[in-house]
Amino acid sequence: MLEVELGERPETAAPEPAGTGWRHKDLLDTDTLTSEEINLVLDTAEAMHEVRSRPVGKVATLRGTTVVTLFYEQSTRTRASFEVAAKAMGADVVNLTASGSSVEKGESLIDTVRTLEAIGADVVVMRHGRSGAPYLAARHTRASVINGGDGTHAHPTQALLDLFTMRRHLGDVAGRKVVIVGDIVHSRVARSNLWALASAGALVTLCGPATLLPRTLAGRGESGGCEVTTDFDTAVEGADVVMALRIQKERQESGLIPSLRDYVTNYQLNAQRLARAAPGALVMHPGPMNEGVEVAPEVAHGVASVIEEQVTNGVAVRMAVLYLIATARRQ
Amino acid sequence: MSGLIIRGGRVVDAASKLDAALDVRLRDGVVAEVGSGLAADGEEVIDASGCIVSPGFVDLHAHLREPGFEQKGTITTETRAALRGGFTTVCAMPNTKPAPDSGPVLEALRERIARDAVVRVLPIACVTRGREGRELAELSELAAAGCVAFSDDGSPVADGRLMRRALELCGALGLPLSEHSDDPVLNGGGVMNEGRVSERLGLAGQPAAAEIVAIARNLALCETTGARLHLAHVSTARGLELVAEAKSRGVPVTCEVTPSHLFLTEEAVFGSGPAPAYDTNARINPPLRTEADRKALLRGVNEGIVDAIATDHAPHAIEDKLCEFDAAAPGISCFETALGSLLLLVERGELDLHRMLAALTAGPVRAFDLGKRVPGAGSLTPGRSSDVVVFDPARRWRVDVSRFVSKGRNTPLNGVELVGEVRAVVVRGELKLAPEPANG
Repeated sequence: MLEVELGERPETAAPEPAGTGWRHKDLLDTDTLTSEEINLVLDTAEAMHEVRSRPVGKVATLRGTTVVTLFYEQSTRTRASFEVAAKAMGADVVNLTASGSSVEKGESLIDTVRTLEAIGADVVVMRHGRSGAPYLAARHTRASVINGGDGTHAHPTQALLDLFTMRRHLGDVAGRKVVIVGDIVHSRVARSNLWALASAGALVTLCGPATLLPRTLAGRGESGGCEVTTDFDTAVEGADVVMALRIQKERQESGLIPSLRDYVTNYQLNAQRLARAAPGALVMHPGPMNEGVEVAPEVAHGVASVIEEQVTNGVAVRMAVLYLIATARRQ
Repeated sequence: MSGLIIRGGRVVDAASKLDAALDVRLRDGVVAEVGSGLAADGEEVIDASGCIVSPGFVDLHAHLREPGFEQKGTITTETRAALRGGFTTVCAMPNTKPAPDSGPVLEALRERIARDAVVRVLPIACVTRGREGRELAELSELAAAGCVAFSDDGSPVADGRLMRRALELCGALGLPLSEHSDDPVLNGGGVMNEGRVSERLGLAGQPAAAEIVAIARNLALCETTGARLHLAHVSTARGLELVAEAKSRGVPVTCEVTPSHLFLTEEAVFGSGPAPAYDTNARINPPLRTEADRKALLRGVNEGIVDAIATDHAPHAIEDKLCEFDAAAPGISCFETALGSLLLLVERGELDLHRMLAALTAGPVRAFDLGKRVPGAGSLTPGRSSDVVVFDPARRWRVDVSRFVSKGRNTPLNGVELVGEVRAVVVRGELKLAPEPANG
C-alpha cells in the first residue's frame, strides 16, 4: 500500500508529504499515463476511499490550496464530485460557470485561466465543449489543469474512476473483457477509458451503431488494441464488464440513428443480453442515464449494476488526482 | 537605371526547357539576353554562382486580406512577403470586405494595388454576390474591370445549377473559374481531415469524399459547358485521379496543389509529442490529408498532372489562431516558407526540381493565360520577360516566424529546418530584393 500521509483530523495542518512519484503538472487525458502512474492514482484513491468511509470523511491535506472549477458546459455530477473531493481535503474551492462570468463578455479561454492564476488558483478543473481546450489552457498557465471533459475528446477522471470501480470488484483487469456500448465516436468517456484499459491490459470491445463507431481505432497495437463491432449480442458474450454510454437525443435529429426505438432494440443492455455476459459481470454507466434507453431499468437498478458506486468512487479518485497534483506542485 | 547582369547562375526556364549555366542581362525593364560570358556594359552585376536563376514565381492563389482584414495582412505587407518568397506575380483571392463582386469595388482594389504592391498583383473576382453562393456577381463588369479569374474561394459554389451558369458565363468572357471543391453538406462542419487523427482527437472530420464528390461534379459541369475550370488546392489522391482522367479526355480543366499539402499531413494537427498539440496553425481548408494523399499529390506534380503549385497564403492575426482548435481560422502563412519546403522535398527525392519550377512559373501562367497581362510571365523570354528570381538551393535555414515579413505568423513550420533561400528578385526589370552583401 502506498504511503499517503493523511491528517487524522480536519483541523490538523497539512503535513509536508513525501514525494509521491507523480510528475505531471496537469491531467489532460489517460493516454500519456504509464500503467505505474495509473496504479499510483488507483492506490491513492484506495486510501481516499478509506478516508471517505470514516465518520468525518475529511482531511486537511490540501489546506491552503485553491481549486477552481471552470465549467463551460452544464454538469452536475462531475463538478459536484470535484468540489466535494477538494473540500474533503481542506482546499478552498471556487466554482465558475461560463454563463454570468467574464466568459460571457467575450473573454478568451487563455485570458480566463491567466486571470484565475493571478487570483491564486493552484488547480483549475475545467470542462469545455471544444476538444483540446484544456490543452490550450494548460499551455498558458502555471496553474495545474485537470480535464473534467473536453468536447468529444477525453474525460480522464471518469476513466480512472471506472477503472477503480472495476479493480475493486474484479481485481486486476488484465485479460478481462470490457464491452463499451453506445455512441463511441462522440464519447470522451470511451476514448479515455480505452487508453486506460489498454494500459491495464484489458480486452476492450467498442460496440454501437455503425454511424457512431470509430473507423480507425480497431486493432491498433500502439494505443490500445481493441475490437470494434456493431453486433452487441455477440459482443456481450463472456463480458466481465458492460459499460453503456449516454446517447444524446441530437444523434437521432442529425440522422445518425433512425430512432431511439431502433437504438433500444439493438443496443439497450437488458436482462437477456446481460445473461450472455460472464457470471458476476458489472454493469456500468457514466451518467447521466436516459431512463429506459441505454440500460433497461431492471438492469440499471439490479444486482450487477455498480452505477451508483461509480459516482461514490468518483470522489475518491478525484481526491487522489487533486492530492497527487497539488503535492507535486509543492515540490 | 542602366540594367543588371545576373552572372554565373544555373538558369532554369521550364517554358523553354532550358537548364544551363548562363548569364542573364536585363536592360530597359526586360530580359535582354540569356547567354554565356555576358560582359557588363555599365550594368550592376549580381553574382549568382551556386544559385538557380528562374523566372519569377507566379502564385494563382493568395489571400492579401486588404480591404477589410488589415489586422491579418495588407497589400503592402503581404506583397513584401511574396517578394521574399520569390513570387513576382500573385493572384489575390476575393474573400475581402467588401468582396470584389462588382466593377467599382474591383477598381478601388486595383487602385490600392497600384499604390502599395511591390510585386504584380492580379485580382480574382467573386463568382457570386458577396460570395454567398446565391446570385451571380456582375461578371462582365468585373471582367471589364480587369479580373484574371473568378472564384468564391473559401467557399464552394455549392448550388450545382448556379455553378453551371457561372461556368457558361465565365467561359464566354474567356476567364477561368477557380473553384474550392467541397460538398458542404457532406463536410458538415468538420475542422480537419476525417480519419485516424480526427478520431483520436475527438475533432469533427471533413471526409475526403466531400472534396471528391465536388470535384466529380465540377468536372462534369466543365465537360458539359466546355468552359475553363481551375480546381483550387486539390488535396485528395482520388480527387486528383479524377482530374487526370478528365484531362486525358481533353476536358479544359487545370488544377493546383499547395506546398502545405505537399509537405504536411493530418499528423501535424497532433504534433510530434506524446500528448496532442491541437496545433491550430495546422488547420487549413481543405485540411491536411493522409500520407497516401500527400504522396499522390507529389506524384501529380512529378507527372505534370498538376498545373500549378499555389501557396494559398492565408495570413491571420495572432488571436485568430491562439484559441481552441475548432474556433481557429483556417489557413497558413505560406509565402516565406513555400520555396524552402519544396526544395526540401526535392532534396529528399520526393519532388522533381524541373516539374516543381514549371509548376511555379510556366504552369500557372498557362492555367490562367497570364501571358496576356504580364508579357513573358513565367519565362525568361528575351525582349518580353521582366521578372526573375535568384535562389540558393542549398542554403539551410530554420523558420523563425518572428522574422516573417508577412503579418501572418501562422505556420506549423516554425522552428523547422528548410532548404533554399531567395537571394534576389527582379520585378518589372527592377531589382526589388537584393542579395545581402558578404553573405556568410
